[in-house]
Amino acid sequence: MEPCEFPHIEDQLAPILGRHGADATRLLQILRDVQDHFHFIPPEAIVCLASHLNLSRAEVEGVAGFYSFLSLTPQGEYRVLFSDNITDNMLGKTELMQYFCNKLWVEPGKVSEDNLVSVDSTSCTGMCDQGPAALVNGWPLTNLDNNRLDLISELIRIKKPVAEWPEMLFEVRDNIRRPGMLLGDEFEPGAGIRAMLARGAEATLKEVDASNLRGRGGAGFKTASKWTFCHAAIAEEEGGMICDVGGNPERFIVCNADEGEPGTFKDRVLLSSHADLVFEGMTVGARVVGARKGFLYLRGEYRYLLKPLEAVLARRRAEGLLGENILGEPGFAFDIEIHLGAGAYICGEESALIESLEGKRGRPRNRPPFPVTKGYMGRPTVVDNVETFACAARIAEKGGAWFAAMGTAQSTGTKILSISGDCARPGIYEYPFGVTVETILRDCGAEDAHAVQVSGPSGTLVSWQEFGRRIAFEDLPTAGAFMVFHRKREMFAAAHNFTHFFAHESCGFCTPCRVGTQLQKRIMDKIAGGHGTPADLEELKHVGHILGTMSHCGLGHTAANPVLDTLKKFPGTFERKLKALSFEPAFDLDGALQTARSITGRDDEWAHLL
Amino acid sequence: MSEVKKIRIATCSLAGCFGCHMSLLDIDERLFDLLELVEFDRTPLTDIKHCSPCDVGIVEGGVCNAENVHVLKEFRKNCKVLVAMGACAITGGLPAMRNNIDLWDCFQEVYQYEGGLEGGQIPNDPELPLPFDKVHPIYEVVKVDYFLPGCPPSGDAIWKFLTDLLAGREPKLDYEQLHYD
Repeated sequence: MEPCEFPHIEDQLAPILGRHGADATRLLQILRDVQDHFHFIPPEAIVCLASHLNLSRAEVEGVAGFYSFLSLTPQGEYRVLFSDNITDNMLGKTELMQYFCNKLWVEPGKVSEDNLVSVDSTSCTGMCDQGPAALVNGWPLTNLDNNRLDLISELIRIKKPVAEWPEMLFEVRDNIRRPGMLLGDEFEPGAGIRAMLARGAEATLKEVDASNLRGRGGAGFKTASKWTFCHAAIAEEEGGMICDVGGNPERFIVCNADEGEPGTFKDRVLLSSHADLVFEGMTVGARVVGARKGFLYLRGEYRYLLKPLEAVLARRRAEGLLGENILGEPGFAFDIEIHLGAGAYICGEESALIESLEGKRGRPRNRPPFPVTKGYMGRPTVVDNVETFACAARIAEKGGAWFAAMGTAQSTGTKILSISGDCARPGIYEYPFGVTVETILRDCGAEDAHAVQVSGPSGTLVSWQEFGRRIAFEDLPTAGAFMVFHRKREMFAAAHNFTHFFAHESCGFCTPCRVGTQLQKRIMDKIAGGHGTPADLEELKHVGHILGTMSHCGLGHTAANPVLDTLKKFPGTFERKLKALSFEPAFDLDGALQTARSITGRDDEWAHLL
Repeated sequence: MSEVKKIRIATCSLAGCFGCHMSLLDIDERLFDLLELVEFDRTPLTDIKHCSPCDVGIVEGGVCNAENVHVLKEFRKNCKVLVAMGACAITGGLPAMRNNIDLWDCFQEVYQYEGGLEGGQIPNDPELPLPFDKVHPIYEVVKVDYFLPGCPPSGDAIWKFLTDLLAGREPKLDYEQLHYD
């Protein structure tokens, strides 16, 4: 389909540009609005935006081409993206997507002839406990089955606006199965800030230090150290920095809600039901490091949370918990702005997230300098996980000793796990650190479990022999994902799915990751297609080594984990798929001649390769 | 002194332009030194049609049709060491630019729409090699032992590669010789 022409693009973009104050750091937010309006980013819009934002055409197109939810070619008026996590697949995603495509006479990845609908796959949408899931024009659909898809295809056929679809299609449940101190205990908005103001900012930092709170995004860096570094960061280039009267540089607090790791959905629940706790933690952090502005970077898949979260922010402003002179404290000013992502796993990496916040491609920066000294707009910035801020609010309220009493020596407090896969009760479980995999499996009703993918594809595959291991930074660190696999599941399928995920999500900046993830995917495709040999397994290990040692950032470093773990712990699942030969072609030789056979009508001996 | 048994080499060009073979000839007078050490089996130089057991097989070009597969498999079966020479053998190269074009569109463009053609029929003679829907690098069809990059690799690079191999060393190109264009 040829792109349409847009002679009135200036007029059409004016309201969008106006809404964002023609601010180049808001380019991603602007492009999201353009995508919503036109169902793609027209080339004319790129030229127009470039001139208004004082950017080059390449910069705008570079951003537009980077994010999955933005499209440079026209998409259907209804864009349906099926979540492609392994848990969705285990619940029948592939068959359902085919069923849906057949119903609407559309091919996956293409736009229907009447431009009405396009259907494709997307990376995990964070609805693993209520899958198979999908997004329609960015809004989440859950618990899909044939009946629901019948209804959805009918709604599309009669062109009913998504806003008027039945609400039950969009119902997202919290499924909190085991609440703890974060999810269970009552929280009075403002309690954390009041306790902090009574105690003083420095004393509060001491409490956070005493709590031994470590980052909940998986890496486990000590939060008090991060806050201290940010607070201590001085203006390096005096002229370039915006400083307050005391000569302190402007600082920022960023909450990382780009929960992209497949199988992780605990931040979604924290933000939908405990947003006060998160915002309170950000406000406490702001007071400690001396920040006046905060950002919540919300992954594009969770845009449905934007309005409710804006409402929470508005209420907190009205209650004097955000804004100028918070809770009557003179000079204590802080406010929070929400930025939406647009489908890029890499933006969960803190420096890529900051790039994205600045309106650029989500490309990880060289570190050092770390964000605590040079982050958003080059200023000292704290980037913490949603759950970390929630913990910080509790610590401000109840003290460090109370927090440190839970968990283990190296891992204090509780951890929220998002459990999905083969278990009777998938959902959200909060445990004190130190809990064994076995206990968790019993609680969630996972019978005959064979393996658990802890902390998602970039984490660790735990086999049934290791179910005595513990969730803790000392043993099994995790960002929260906990995907259970039954004895009858083929573990190869999970590893195969994860290689596709990484190949899609590699940002393309460094060659080892850009090429390595593709090679890994192709070899896994070859094995899946029945063409694998022992040489391919060796090649997987070789590629895995290069990925792990040569990549620019954590994405590449961990992209081979699922393959290498599965090769080590479940070698049989690979070996059963291999052909017992020393070498096999990478593709079906005879099949690759079929097109030419049908064009020429030949069927002679030389037209076949056997 | 008894005569040392010569190393037997076979070469062929599949979906390539013979440019790598031209570059092989660019080793110039060193060809005489080479012939002291090696003898040629099937090559475009000897015009031998089929490969017999050899020590080294050197393949130029990617795999674009069924006949390429037969030749390549014959090489793999007969050669102890198989070398992919040049960009096309290693990645598919220039011929692989057709991979983004539908094969049916290719055929129509060439045999039906091109001006000056009589009848506009798509040939279906069994003697013509049947094309694949895509052009493939040779490592996707057989196991390849060495890759000698360049489009083409320079005569010096080929000479360095061959002399290393003949001397029983692991072939290693100098920084200046290793290039992909």
